[in-house]
Amino acid sequence: MQRSFLFRTPSTLIFLGALALFTIAVTLLSDAFGAGVISTSFVKTLGKTLCLCLIAVAMDLVWGYCGILSLGHFAFFGLGGYMIGMWLMYERTKDIVTASMAQADIPPTPQEVIDAIGTQIFGVVGSSEFPLVWAFADSLFLQLALVVLVPGVLALVFGWLAFRSRVTGVYLSILTQAMTLALALYLFQNDSGLRGNNGLSGLQNLPGAGDIPQSVMSIWFLWASALALGLGYLLAAWVVSGKLGSVIRGIRDDEARVRFLGYSVEGYKLFIFVLTAVIAGIAGALYYPQAGIVNPAEIAPIASIYLAVWVAIGGRGRLYGAVIGAGFVSLISTWFTGGQAPDLPLGFYTIKWVDWWQVVLGLSFVMVTLFAPKGIGGVFDLITGQRAPERHGADLGPDKGSLQEQEALK
Amino acid sequence: MSTLLEVSGVSVSFDGFKAINNLSFQIGKAELRAIIGPNGAGKTTFMDIVTGKTRPDEGRVIWGDKSVSLLKMNEAQIARAGVGRKFQRPTVFEDQSVFDNLLLALKKDRGPLAVLLYRRTAGDREKVEQLADEIGLADHLSRKSGELSHGQKQWLEIGMLLAQEPRLLLVDEPAAGMTLAEREHTTALLVEAAKTRAVVVVEHDMEFVRRLNCKVTVLHEGSVLAEGSLDHVTKNQDVIDVYLGR
Repeated sequence: MQRSFLFRTPSTLIFLGALALFTIAVTLLSDAFGAGVISTSFVKTLGKTLCLCLIAVAMDLVWGYCGILSLGHFAFFGLGGYMIGMWLMYERTKDIVTASMAQADIPPTPQEVIDAIGTQIFGVVGSSEFPLVWAFADSLFLQLALVVLVPGVLALVFGWLAFRSRVTGVYLSILTQAMTLALALYLFQNDSGLRGNNGLSGLQNLPGAGDIPQSVMSIWFLWASALALGLGYLLAAWVVSGKLGSVIRGIRDDEARVRFLGYSVEGYKLFIFVLTAVIAGIAGALYYPQAGIVNPAEIAPIASIYLAVWVAIGGRGRLYGAVIGAGFVSLISTWFTGGQAPDLPLGFYTIKWVDWWQVVLGLSFVMVTLFAPKGIGGVFDLITGQRAPERHGADLGPDKGSLQEQEALK
Repeated sequence: MSTLLEVSGVSVSFDGFKAINNLSFQIGKAELRAIIGPNGAGKTTFMDIVTGKTRPDEGRVIWGDKSVSLLKMNEAQIARAGVGRKFQRPTVFEDQSVFDNLLLALKKDRGPLAVLLYRRTAGDREKVEQLADEIGLADHLSRKSGELSHGQKQWLEIGMLLAQEPRLLLVDEPAAGMTLAEREHTTALLVEAAKTRAVVVVEHDMEFVRRLNCKVTVLHEGSVLAEGSLDHVTKNQDVIDVYLGR
């Protein structure tokens, strides 16, 4: 029998340990439970970063392991946020409306309450009717189910159509961009039923938890995000550790060969695509209550491209690489674009990082792709001494992997 | 001898060029067969048709005891039905170990769920080790297959084919780029494999074909020019004209 996968992949245990330490350390340093070194808003930033790390794990699974460069996973992330946001907004508005109506002389009928909620939520887009998509908004359980189902079904339908027609490579990437763009444009419309470009707001206020200060709430969400990241990482590590991991890496490297071995490549791609879409949806459902607002700009094509950049810089094809990339790059982006980074005076020109950060990020992406294709994760190979063999001389064989002249002579 | 694969009246054309023209071919259940022919004779296209990569314009491809048509199946289904294929240049999964390569090919349930829940048993391990022994890679099981030499990769790919336990093996130029000793090993592997299954070898190298010592089919311009023992076909005037004489 094989040993348990946890022992075959020690990096998983190390990662989970580091994540637990990080979460406990942040809790002890937070405003709510301890030293007060870390402000509530920064705790929220860290919690959001953990959610971004989770979607990066999903991206690594679909791109780094299965070779599908999806540039549309933020669509699933955003949908997850919208699904939980509908319940949060509905229940919170209901609380407010009920409280204000309670002062009236005549108790309101249920229909009056619902009408009032509708006016409150949809007033900004000039409507007061609940659209069909809000049918389950009063049920936390159903909206939580939709967090998983909506991204899952969209990925299933999209993936089935795309993979069945054997669309691969850059064409598939373009299709996924088109998907997320189309979804964003649809949601921008006022009559999409999800408040157009206003999006859903006030999500940081959990219904029925008005007495709990945001400082405590932020820690709750940090723990929930850390738990989701830990479980998602564990699931992804388990999936790639076994034979399925072997098959999907085979698909990444030589799709036709896998097909001639008798594996239905399309089925495997679809499985991974849907699985990662669901993980992305869950990550989004945890991210947006911490961000407080979800709007269609969140699922613009550029968001998914950033995701690919994070994973590339972190090192694709290894799960901790994706986490490091997403954590490092998104935190440093927050620092640079938040106006905290000091300007760099050059005498003739002052570099303002808010304007120049994108250029730096783009350059580092190009540099990593050219000079360190393993990304930040490659540093760990240096530490453990796993280096590519030094190769000299000309190729002896017909392929890159073959022995080379001077190697063979040694 | 009963027939395993029967290809009859198959034609296929690419942009008006007839790559295969009314080709008919059959092979028995435990038979070794060499296919030779000049460049562009349709050897690789023939393999593409049998493995489902290319759909013919007309004709029939009938398989097995139940006489099912392969034309209605996709590549993966045909592979599961028992057709294994080796490409011209060695295609192994270079990023994975020799062991994992063989394990991947081992005949097992190919569904995603079964693969996800798969646990390796002692029996599977033994099978892989036995195969590695057969192809002479027993000492290299834990190496990444990308590090192997060209010949070793070819054997690994043949090993992966054998692991699939196919009933028909299609092998495209297995001896290309091999040293003499490596060729002899390859010949032995193929002859051994053909004792229990059908093996079709496409080859340019006449010496190699002679060593296989089997029935030969000569293709020319997409159809069969001659068929028989190597000595028989090399005496055929048509064959000499189009192929050997040059």
